[in-house]
Amino acid sequence: MRKLLLLALVLVTGVVFAARLFYLQIYDTSYQKLSENNAIKVVYDYPQRGYIFDRNGKLLVTNQPSYDVMVIPRNVKPLDTLEFCALLKITKEDFISIYKKDSIYSTRLPSVFIPQLTKSEYAALSEKMYKYEGFYIQKRSLRDYQVNHSANVLGYISEVNERTIKENPYYQMGELIGTGGVEKQYEDILRGTKGVKYIQKDRFNRDIGPYKEGIYDTLPTRGHDIMLTIDAALQDYGEKLMVNKRGGIIAIEPETGEILALVAAPNYDPSLLVGRDRSKNFSKLYYDTIAKPLYDRVLQGEYPPGSPFKTLTALIGLQEGVIALDEKIYCHGGYNYGGSKKLGCHHHATPLSMIGGIANSCNSYFATVYRRTIDKYPTPQEGIDHWRQHLLSFGLGNYLGYDLPVGKKGLIPDSEYYNHFYQYPKYNWYSTATISNSIGQGEVLLTPIQMVNFTTTIANRGYYYTPHILKKIVDLDTIPHKFTEKHLTSIDQKYFEPVVEGMNDVYHYGTASSIQIPGIEICGKTGTAENYIRVNGKRMQLTDHSVFVAFAPKDNPKIAIAVFVENGYWGSRWAGRIAGLMIEKYLHGEISRKDMEDYVLNGSLMEEYNKPYTGEPFKINQ
Amino acid sequence: MANFSRKLQLDWWTIVLYGLLVSVGWINIYSASYTESTQAFFDFSQIYFKQLFFIALSIVLIIFILALDSKFYERFSSVIYLVSLASLLGLFVFGKNINGATSWYAFGSFGLQPSEFAKAATALALGKYVSDIQTNMNEWKHQIRSFLIIVLPALLIIAQPDPGSALVYAAFLFPMYREGLHYIFLLLGFMAAALFVGTLSIGTKWMALMIAAMALAHFLFRLKRNKRPKWLRYAFVTILCIGFSFSVNYVFNTVFEQRHRDRFNIVLGKEVDEKGIGYNTNQSEIAIGSGGWTGKGWLQGTQTKGNFVPEQHTDYIFSTIGEEWGFLGSLAVVVLFVSLIIRLLVLSERQKSIFGRVYGYSVASILFFHFFVNVGMVTGLLPTIGIPLPFISYGGSGLWGFTILLFIFVKLDATNYIHS
Repeated sequence: MRKLLLLALVLVTGVVFAARLFYLQIYDTSYQKLSENNAIKVVYDYPQRGYIFDRNGKLLVTNQPSYDVMVIPRNVKPLDTLEFCALLKITKEDFISIYKKDSIYSTRLPSVFIPQLTKSEYAALSEKMYKYEGFYIQKRSLRDYQVNHSANVLGYISEVNERTIKENPYYQMGELIGTGGVEKQYEDILRGTKGVKYIQKDRFNRDIGPYKEGIYDTLPTRGHDIMLTIDAALQDYGEKLMVNKRGGIIAIEPETGEILALVAAPNYDPSLLVGRDRSKNFSKLYYDTIAKPLYDRVLQGEYPPGSPFKTLTALIGLQEGVIALDEKIYCHGGYNYGGSKKLGCHHHATPLSMIGGIANSCNSYFATVYRRTIDKYPTPQEGIDHWRQHLLSFGLGNYLGYDLPVGKKGLIPDSEYYNHFYQYPKYNWYSTATISNSIGQGEVLLTPIQMVNFTTTIANRGYYYTPHILKKIVDLDTIPHKFTEKHLTSIDQKYFEPVVEGMNDVYHYGTASSIQIPGIEICGKTGTAENYIRVNGKRMQLTDHSVFVAFAPKDNPKIAIAVFVENGYWGSRWAGRIAGLMIEKYLHGEISRKDMEDYVLNGSLMEEYNKPYTGEPFKINQ
Repeated sequence: MANFSRKLQLDWWTIVLYGLLVSVGWINIYSASYTESTQAFFDFSQIYFKQLFFIALSIVLIIFILALDSKFYERFSSVIYLVSLASLLGLFVFGKNINGATSWYAFGSFGLQPSEFAKAATALALGKYVSDIQTNMNEWKHQIRSFLIIVLPALLIIAQPDPGSALVYAAFLFPMYREGLHYIFLLLGFMAAALFVGTLSIGTKWMALMIAAMALAHFLFRLKRNKRPKWLRYAFVTILCIGFSFSVNYVFNTVFEQRHRDRFNIVLGKEVDEKGIGYNTNQSEIAIGSGGWTGKGWLQGTQTKGNFVPEQHTDYIFSTIGEEWGFLGSLAVVVLFVSLIIRLLVLSERQKSIFGRVYGYSVASILFFHFFVNVGMVTGLLPTIGIPLPFISYGGSGLWGFTILLFIFVKLDATNYIHS
């Protein structure tokens, strides 16, 4: 017994230790992760984000360094708070509250103390930084906008949100990501690829060199520069014209589908969303729920198109063979279709054939053509669906497929829509129930970019390219294949020429004759679209939207444009003038009709926009 | 000298195991102290190079020990013991204070720690006294004398203060038990050690509660088995234990000076772990646990490189082994230790002289105690008590002390064997 006690203890100890080691090293696998968290720090090396140029090579967006003051609370030593606050231009109370917030987040991990110092603030601070232990300055790269326009096109970058982090493992908390416009659309191309360094830490969290001599490390690759189809001068001019108005301008080069200008009004200076006041400015823009500066009316606004839609009614009528070019149709101040009241029309010569119908925008003429189109088929359901198929071939009623991250489908109603609305088969409905579609009122809704798309198709006499904003990726010289694919419509190309003639007459003799510009053959179509809103649950009619679509020159067109001015009344009053100025600016580079330019630049519709919110009765269409 | 090699029947098992442990030690000390920026290998300021020097000197020591006549150790054991005590006493005059303990004689940049050599001296003195023909381990007088031999150096070491090294002297209870000491002393010794460490680790209040709870549980257990336990005896033992805990606490807080307390806290690992969340043990477990089956590879341990485990080249060297060599590597080290200790026990039992047997048992017990406490601490099974892992941990005095301790026995065994 006495001989064996120690021997037994030694053996038992050996077995216990072996079991303990087995438990620690083999059975419980959590220690592996713990040691990695402990000892390996991942440091990212962020590449320069790609620059953005306009179609002529003008630099729109570059990068600027920005400096964040960071803090690691546990490393902070007592400091001269007053001096530090003075350097940072904050109060002592600010200091205490920010410091508390950061300490609650983590005492060991760095957090942002003051974000985005300017260069001069940085210069003043950096030489005194050694005095403040636990604080340091971290350099970041932010966008630097060379222009004060195009905010809706360019978009902005912001800190990546948690949902994106979950979906895309590339991003880490606190990193920046493109959040709107081309910054979002071409994020992958612009951002490049960040480099990764694994760094071995010691127990004081100090770096002691690369992990495994850096065999897992990668170098950052710089983002690609991109060239946009935007013409910066035209875009800038468009935004100036739209000051104090709401709506949008969209201009496209018909032979390529390149977007020359995309103006959404009201807009904002893109620089507002960079720097120390970013979040303040952002909430100001975000919470302006009436003017909605962050809302792109060109891509997201669904409007009744009004009279420009008549060109499509004409084209469909011709294709369906329900109207001859020279057939004249009478108008007696409106079109009587047996309803409670007739579809009214303004005063003009009568009877009119197609070209005259377009030039004078005769409601009766297009109501007749539309009704014949629908009634050509045994049932109105079939008629509507055939009519709809033609419109879909113009890219209407669905997303167009352009390369910007927001959009709306618009609405081209089908038979289902009306069946549901009129509770078919309990009640029947007929072509006359949808008669307003003929003149672009009714149920039809288009976004301005859809309107310019059908205008482009007419300018091209029968085809379009998907509108796009990317001209090329610098160094790669490519754009996606879908933007070089020609889209033909279901309308025979020979029917387009008479519609073009009609639109030309609109400019020479018709509803847009007031905007004539010497030396430019414009083809256009005015629109005056009725519209309603609800304020506090009460539906009320507002002043009509002013609409104009056009292209120029008539032969071999260089620009197609759609202008939409909310509550601008007559198509030619605001939209027509703006379109004319834009066309002249683009084609000639200077403006000959200063009177027209002054009228638009100085004109304001703010009074009109405030009407429904005054709470008092108001008059419209003045 | 022609006789010399013929007469020496060295136990090669012990020597090979010793060699393996020292090699494992150096390889892992290299890893624990190596940094990327280190340029020259022959740099005397580097820990791994110093250890290489200590190993070289150990070989000189071994040759010297084996060359001396084996009778020398028995004959001069009292002298050696007294010299050793003197060297411990001398520390209070000439000693150098390092990390709050006056345990060192400084020679330039080198230090000697007499407490590491005192173990061998004590083992010799105990062997000598117990093997005396008149000594009977069941007589009070003899018991007290042999305890005095052990406690004297231990008290001097506590006073340095170096409580970890002093605690090791409890290991001498094993050879005494082997020679006929009543088992109750072993039990009491174990209890005293547990109470001592427990009180300083978790405090008297918790210790008292634990003691009371354990006594009550045992009492009720006996009562249920209808054994009619004497409650008075239980109360007495409980009060005695709690009293001991309190007196440890009292001595610690009142008699000791702050420097003593600081040193105790270092040994008990409370210094690095100021928040009391078991930082050292935690990091050590992470290091070992992340090793997996085969480890991260030599010099590849992230815990080791990051210096997450405090004192890793000394007391916590086993965590480096665990991290870089994995389960297989650390198990191999455990097997090496168990084999060496068992080998020593086997050798002790075959000694002809009681002196040789007691000495051999002392060596085995001391190595076992160090191994048990150190690996137990590093793997998180025992509370933190800072004592080194023999032959493996960094340190000149430690390595030499254990080498002398071991090779005196190798020499005793070699001659003993021949004479038989």
